[in-house]
Amino acid sequence: MIRLSIPVRQALAKLTLPVLIAASFGVMLLGKADAVLAERARMALADTLSPLYALAAEPLARMREISDDLQNLWAMKAENQALRDENDNLRRWHAVALALDAENTVLKANLHWIPDPAPSYATARVVADAGGVYARAVLLSVGPDNGITRGQVALDENGVVGRVTELGARSARVLLITDLNSRIPVTLENSRARAIMVGTNGPRPRLMYWPEGTTPAEGERVVTSAEAGAFPAGLPVGTVRYSSSGVPEVEPAARLGRLEVVRLFNYGLRGIQPPENALRPEGKPVVAGRR
Amino acid sequence: MLDATARKSFPVTITALLLLALSAPLGLPGQPQLQAAVALACVFFWSVFRPDSMPPAAAFLLGLLTDLLSLVPPGTSVLVLLIVHGVALRTRRFVAAQGFLVVWLVFLAVAAGAAALEWALISLLTFRLLPASPALLEFGVSAGFYPLLATIFTRAHRGLADPEKA
Repeated sequence: MIRLSIPVRQALAKLTLPVLIAASFGVMLLGKADAVLAERARMALADTLSPLYALAAEPLARMREISDDLQNLWAMKAENQALRDENDNLRRWHAVALALDAENTVLKANLHWIPDPAPSYATARVVADAGGVYARAVLLSVGPDNGITRGQVALDENGVVGRVTELGARSARVLLITDLNSRIPVTLENSRARAIMVGTNGPRPRLMYWPEGTTPAEGERVVTSAEAGAFPAGLPVGTVRYSSSGVPEVEPAARLGRLEVVRLFNYGLRGIQPPENALRPEGKPVVAGRR
Repeated sequence: MLDATARKSFPVTITALLLLALSAPLGLPGQPQLQAAVALACVFFWSVFRPDSMPPAAAFLLGLLTDLLSLVPPGTSVLVLLIVHGVALRTRRFVAAQGFLVVWLVFLAVAAGAAALEWALISLLTFRLLPASPALLEFGVSAGFYPLLATIFTRAHRGLADPEKA
């Protein structure tokens, strides 16, 4: 190392902290000015870490299952009765659904119905929470050549989970519907009224901007609407529940606190993307000067 | 020689490992706030008691790691942790000689300032007024979790992280 005199070395040591604080302001400015760079840095770290998280995901899931079983042992009798009642109810609906399905097939054949193309999907495992204190997002571990692009809709077995916002080589970040920046156009199933579901970083997003004359009813099912080309219509989102202060909120159908595996559907819709994503929705970096 | 280096790098390594472990889906209540709280507590403790093992560059890198693991605007945690490090260094002479309770009280003040600063920075950088309840929760979790971390780290400070015992 270069030999410096003690006073010089002490002066340099005193300077380190102010220089680093200035560097932190520089990082903030850079992150704000060049969102693509920030995203690439985040996804580079996520790509490095996602195999490690994926290794730990299976044991963690088993441990959570065990702790869930222990909790369920307390409430087993009541839960059993509730499940039996729900089972009876669902059997009745199963019979109704079969009859409706048969009627639907006959009607579609009579009308020469052209079916929508079945969407392709990729399945990914949730390996980390990736939101932080003021955001709600999860990190998915995806394989190579997955065909995932930004803006794809993520669903678990019960309902809409969120949309892909950032994409790396081996991982993807999905912004959940409960995040503060999430605004999803929805339809209330019974009244067919359009509304917007706005995330609040809490467990239940709020409903806003429904038309005058129709109030969301408690227990009404909420599905996505096809406005703004962001989501296909009809995906299950949740149920309307009123909070204690009388604000209509949506209880998400997806189990957002216990996500393990999600499916990313490719409906061919991009929705409204920020300008820096317009050139490269597939997540591959733009090579300057080459096509 | 290797032993001394390993002992010296223990604080930074253990903080980084804790941050990475708290990103995993453990299902703990308030887990993102816990991650921020752990970063604050670690940087504060080691800056007060063993500043050689927690240089400013380490605080910078740990802040960068915290920022890149979540969706905050990059640079926020960096600034907050650097300021915590600076405050810890400045008050080191007084704080390191006190008992546990006084150190905890000082940490409470630092954590409150850090949570407020982070809230203000993120509000400014995202151009919207964020709700204050996550910041309050972060302060509460920092205050509550510090004693546990301090107990473990004090044992490390006397044993595992002491390069002179190499």
